[in-house]
Amino acid sequence: MDRLIQTATNEQCFHCGEPVKINTYKLDEHLFCCLGCQHVYSLLNNHKLTDYYRYNQHPGKQVWTKNDDTYLTDPVIADSLLDFKDTQISIVTFYIPHIHCSSCIWLLEHLHQLEDAICSSRVDFLKKQVRIVYRHDTCTLYKLTTLLTRIGYAPHISFHDTENNTQTTQNKQNRLIGQIAVAGFCFGNAMMASFPEYFGMGNFEKQYATLFGWLNLAFALPCMGYSGREYFISSIKSLRRFRLNLDVPLALGIWILFVRSVVDIVQRTGPGFSDTLCGLVFFLLLGKWVQQKTYHHLSFERDYKSYFPVAVTKIIDGKESTVALADLHVGDRILIRNNEIVPADAILLKGDACIDFSFVTGESTPVSKVLGELVYAGGKQIEQAIELEVVKPVSQSYLTSLWNTEQNQERLERFSSFSHTVSRYFTPVLLTIALISTAVWAMLSFDDRAWGAFTSVLIIGCPCALALSSPFTLSAVLSIFDKHGLFLKNTLAVEKMAAINTLVFDKTGTISTIYTEGMTFTGDLTQTEQGYVYAVCRNSNHPQSREIARILNGAAVTNALLTAYEELPGAGIKAQINGVAIRVGNARFVGMTNIQHPSSGTHVQINGVFKGSFMVQQRWRNQLGTVIQHLEKEYFLHLLSGDTDKDRDALRKIFPEKTPLYFNQLPTDKWNYIRKCRRKGFRVAMFGDGLNDAAALKEADLGIAISDDVNNFSPACDGILSGEKFALLPSYLNLARQAMKVIRISFGISLAYNLVGLFFAVQGTMSPLFAAVLMPLSTVTIVTFTRVATLFCAYKNNL
Amino acid sequence: MSAIFFLIACSGLIALGFLAAFFWASKTGQHDDTYTPSIRILFEDEHHQGIEDNLTDQAKGHEE
Repeated sequence: MDRLIQTATNEQCFHCGEPVKINTYKLDEHLFCCLGCQHVYSLLNNHKLTDYYRYNQHPGKQVWTKNDDTYLTDPVIADSLLDFKDTQISIVTFYIPHIHCSSCIWLLEHLHQLEDAICSSRVDFLKKQVRIVYRHDTCTLYKLTTLLTRIGYAPHISFHDTENNTQTTQNKQNRLIGQIAVAGFCFGNAMMASFPEYFGMGNFEKQYATLFGWLNLAFALPCMGYSGREYFISSIKSLRRFRLNLDVPLALGIWILFVRSVVDIVQRTGPGFSDTLCGLVFFLLLGKWVQQKTYHHLSFERDYKSYFPVAVTKIIDGKESTVALADLHVGDRILIRNNEIVPADAILLKGDACIDFSFVTGESTPVSKVLGELVYAGGKQIEQAIELEVVKPVSQSYLTSLWNTEQNQERLERFSSFSHTVSRYFTPVLLTIALISTAVWAMLSFDDRAWGAFTSVLIIGCPCALALSSPFTLSAVLSIFDKHGLFLKNTLAVEKMAAINTLVFDKTGTISTIYTEGMTFTGDLTQTEQGYVYAVCRNSNHPQSREIARILNGAAVTNALLTAYEELPGAGIKAQINGVAIRVGNARFVGMTNIQHPSSGTHVQINGVFKGSFMVQQRWRNQLGTVIQHLEKEYFLHLLSGDTDKDRDALRKIFPEKTPLYFNQLPTDKWNYIRKCRRKGFRVAMFGDGLNDAAALKEADLGIAISDDVNNFSPACDGILSGEKFALLPSYLNLARQAMKVIRISFGISLAYNLVGLFFAVQGTMSPLFAAVLMPLSTVTIVTFTRVATLFCAYKNNL
Repeated sequence: MSAIFFLIACSGLIALGFLAAFFWASKTGQHDDTYTPSIRILFEDEHHQGIEDNLTDQAKGHEE
């Protein structure tokens, strides 16, 4: 194969950095790989935007064929995408996957130089979003997307964007930050007001003690009522369901702190515990914030809505018109062009359907459909335009039902996080100690002591450090994973990851890559002939043709005149170049009947002479063998593939003897299999890629989607693993398990603090100062310990 | 003696002022994107672009 790839020149395209094959495209002493890149450059140059190339080398992207988004001209659809609109200006936010460097930010924030109607634009780099303010009297949304596409920043618009629902999580986050701010404010000021008490007051200062006491109480009120209210709400909710979560002892602690403070201050028997109360709430909320901190650059909640287009072409009385997907009804006649997705289950009425279902079923070969046959939603048409009649609404199609299988049947949820397990025992034990010590003091008829002991035990036993050990450890793990290409949805996913004992793998796209660099050519082609084949295949959108074009990219010949080009669905392509007849396609198409495997491979025939065949070879992920060897020692492995069993022998060599390998699995089969495994008591992690695994990913205890481009669509799951980091899988699993050990140790440390505190608390003589010192001290110890220990474990695992 | 009451009131008010400022900043979205501004600040000011180009050219000249 190496023989085929021509030694490329060292020249790189000034715009996108791709190697330059032909020196045709040259402007201002800069070389370009294609006309598209040169166009972008000249456009930017004309608008004095060449600074774009100063901040980074080759910041651009090759401009591929533009998606058809004429539906944006429809005002109703366009308006549903807008954030804001008044009489003059409109504001829209686009998600642009290509945003990757400072040049991108610079260019996208200088859009006003390209188009006068744009007032301003602002990039959010981490979210890969640009927010554009424009005057809608001179510019339309369609014009905007066209402009962005022309400069290589095609926005990604999906059906999902038309429904705004990201607002609620953002509000929740803002609310938490507000609560932290208030708690911090109260904490600081309560400490200030408590200082005189800490250092001891002379007789003269004693007159201020009441003032400081009431001040403290004033700070404790908003801290408890506003910042800490979620703890009360959550604990009341869990008590109603006769469960004890960790919020119960926390809420109890906060409440007792407050009551004791009020009693002390009103009766002038002591300074109260307001500072401890505020500190407790502040630290607890910090822990909550750390746990909730999400990574904006990925979305785990994507469903079929983000996969589907916003609109579809409908045919009414022979005329084409664009309708929003939500307005598509049963019985509508729709037109699906090349490379468009069938949005609903429909019957083929006209045209040759050749549908790529790779995303839905995992089957890599496109499927041909005949007239009258049912086409499931989610397939991508890869030949000419077809006409279909919708038979099921979008929300009830086969693809959508993959997502909703779970809702119909009760999902087996057995997982309970470590802190939940602990909290079940924590509260009863704490209450018992408190009641015993109260009873003892009451029997000895020290009534003051009894009250003091009861409150002190509940205050000091408040599991603050315990509540923080999980969030701080798990979020540290999360950020380490994030740095190394595994993006988990939340901290609970780390705990689940530590608990699993069974791993189920999908094949295509999961343990094999989508890139088929193993495509080999057997036969003989001269340099010119390679160029011809390249010229022919370049024109087709068929996956095989694209792959061949990619491999022969170095062989481009100049002045190749392509005539009589014809693409026959399910067969191949024929064309003439400079009078030479070329046929590329399957065995029958090139007239070969005596080939050993007539169904596989793409064959080349030039001027009626068979020249050879391109064979696709499945390429396994990097170090797949080593990864499996590591994993088989500690986990039960399973393989479920939607593909045929053509790779069975190869997989047998990689996987150990006892691993069950299943082929020809439908999405529901996979889902059922996972379900059965879980019923038997296995804790299952599913690794999959496409939509066909969506149901299985959701059903598993832990569902991880493996993706070669993490910005691409991936179904709802617990985590997304970047394909190139597959080799690190054993390390990830190890780290997750070690993190749980760290949590247990830190739990031990916090218990030790609690026990020391309890020793004083049961005596009923604990001073507020003691509580005010012990509580932050234990918190700081836990936070430091968890972070250092987690980093150490990560280092040990080479992460 | 009343000085201390006055001072406590002052300190409380100032602290409340900062708290309000924080809420205002949060509400107007100043904490929404904390990363992009760090890149944005490195961009050169367009108005001085010509001058700076000259400067960099001169600097290059010196190096040579």
